[in-house]
Amino acid sequence: MSNMMASIYNIRMLDELAEKSTVIHNIHPLMKVLTTCLYLVAIVSFNKYELSGLLPLLFYPIIVITLADLPLVPLLKRMLIVFPFIIGIGLFNPLFDRIPMVVLPWIQISGGWISFLSILLKGVLTISAALLLIATTGMTRIAAVLDMLKIPKIFILQLLLTYRYITVLIEEVGHTLRAYSLRSRRERGISFSDWGSLTGHLLVRTLDRAQRVYHSMCCRGFTGEYNAGSGTRIRTVDILYFIGWGLYFILVRYFNIPATIGSLITGVVR
Amino acid sequence: MHMADALISPVVGGAMWAVTAGVAAYSIKKVQNDLDEQKIPLMGVMGAFVFAAQMINFTIPATGSSGHIGGGLLLAALLGPYAGFLAMASILVIQALFFADGGLLALGCNIFNLGFFTCFIAYPLIYQRIMRKGYSTGRIFAGSMLSAIIGLQLGAFSVVLETFFSGKSELPLGTFLMLMQPIHLAIGVVEGLVTVAVLGFIWQARPEIIEKVALGEALGRISIKKILAGLAIVAMITGGIFSWFASANPDGLEWSMFNTSGKEELEAPAGIHQTLAAIQEKVAFLPDYSFKSQSETNTIVNETQGNWPVVDAGTSVSGLVGGVMTLMLAGMTGCCIYWLKKRSKADSI
Repeated sequence: MSNMMASIYNIRMLDELAEKSTVIHNIHPLMKVLTTCLYLVAIVSFNKYELSGLLPLLFYPIIVITLADLPLVPLLKRMLIVFPFIIGIGLFNPLFDRIPMVVLPWIQISGGWISFLSILLKGVLTISAALLLIATTGMTRIAAVLDMLKIPKIFILQLLLTYRYITVLIEEVGHTLRAYSLRSRRERGISFSDWGSLTGHLLVRTLDRAQRVYHSMCCRGFTGEYNAGSGTRIRTVDILYFIGWGLYFILVRYFNIPATIGSLITGVVR
Repeated sequence: MHMADALISPVVGGAMWAVTAGVAAYSIKKVQNDLDEQKIPLMGVMGAFVFAAQMINFTIPATGSSGHIGGGLLLAALLGPYAGFLAMASILVIQALFFADGGLLALGCNIFNLGFFTCFIAYPLIYQRIMRKGYSTGRIFAGSMLSAIIGLQLGAFSVVLETFFSGKSELPLGTFLMLMQPIHLAIGVVEGLVTVAVLGFIWQARPEIIEKVALGEALGRISIKKILAGLAIVAMITGGIFSWFASANPDGLEWSMFNTSGKEELEAPAGIHQTLAAIQEKVAFLPDYSFKSQSETNTIVNETQGNWPVVDAGTSVSGLVGGVMTLMLAGMTGCCIYWLKKRSKADSI
């Protein structure tokens, strides 16, 4: 039950955040999608032992979060929920890769730990990229971008309908599960004998609902097309936003800024 | 078994995006040809149903634990393979965007692992063949169980291969397989049992829903040969393009040379190097903080032991110091923007 409420809350929160009007929100969605793609490619293209070179990429989420007025805590919470899988796979690195790699005067760190930390950092950056995109753009505008990119309308319509009905169906499943839990003895889940009937009933109701949805769409003139309205024009500032970040990502990718700063300070030039 | 962006390389992510886009384009074409518009809301609402149904915890008898469904096979069985694949893709897109469950770059991998194997391998080759003689409770059981297990085994195998070829995880192929396949056998059994229970119920309560799909009505029969041929072509093209790209930019796929830092300075032309060195002499507030002698001994020790890559204390320290400085700078930038915005807001009031 609690995870259902959390899901609905999460979707609604991101929906509401996307409706804000800030500098970032007003950037054309296509440019935001392209910037996010470039950002992701830049992150994952770093080799597996890279750590310091990745750090300047933190500027992107920090600047976007502050400029877009996004709350930090819910986004961090979301990140933590996804982290166990990344940690689960990454934690094997220190076990299998024990060659010392970083030698400081007081400690030696193995390559496995470096690559593990690199995976964690990449995780933070990539997860924040996806969340920031949706929190500043919203599903409808992303669908408009897909339309601009000539993705077939049938897929976009299907995606939007799925998205629209998720909250409705989660609520319905939530009600059913609450009713079930009130009538069962401290069961943690659905007992084996009820697997088919409970889920099956939900499914039958869903199919009937799909029929009603279709009829009401027909009543409102549905002809198989989804009209998202005319898209906004791309302004110069939108293009500059993309080019600016793009150049920064390329610079960070090919030039290790922290290492340069570090060597300037410590004077270690060879 | 959603893959995360942090664990894949751009080459694997890009190639899987291309392959998945190919399968999706083919599915869309088939759906457009065969589907009446009535089915579009059905696909949407069914996608939402599976999304919600994934949150139901099913108590597994005699174990005390619980599991949930993936739903790929259920979608294929109720919508047919093409519409089922597209519905699964929508679910994964929404999960990646709103729940950060599986990254955007790994989306191609995830759609392929969870959608392709169930809808285009397990469903037509196992499920449909078993159901050829007509539906019965026994056949629904055999077909769903086998398809769910094999679909998930193939999906898990694909996760292992994609992770292995990305080269971010140190897990040896064999160990990873030994971890993933048995776990997904158990998950497959649960998935199969839930699918059996649901399809069995629907078969008794509303048989026409299942019969419609069985007749291939409005959804068309699947041509696995066409799919595989198309897939092979896409794989060859993307393989060619990406291997060219990878050889031009070796960082992506290469199993790693360690270069926490210092690489650019070494490769930089003499002019830049000298200017940097000159600036350094003026700026460095820890000028003699070099570990050169120590690093040399370490390097020798490592070479004699056959260890690799090269270890260098100097670059380690400068990387660390530079990293901390960058972090502080990033934090300060955030604080500055926040402060400036707050001030401008206060001014406007």
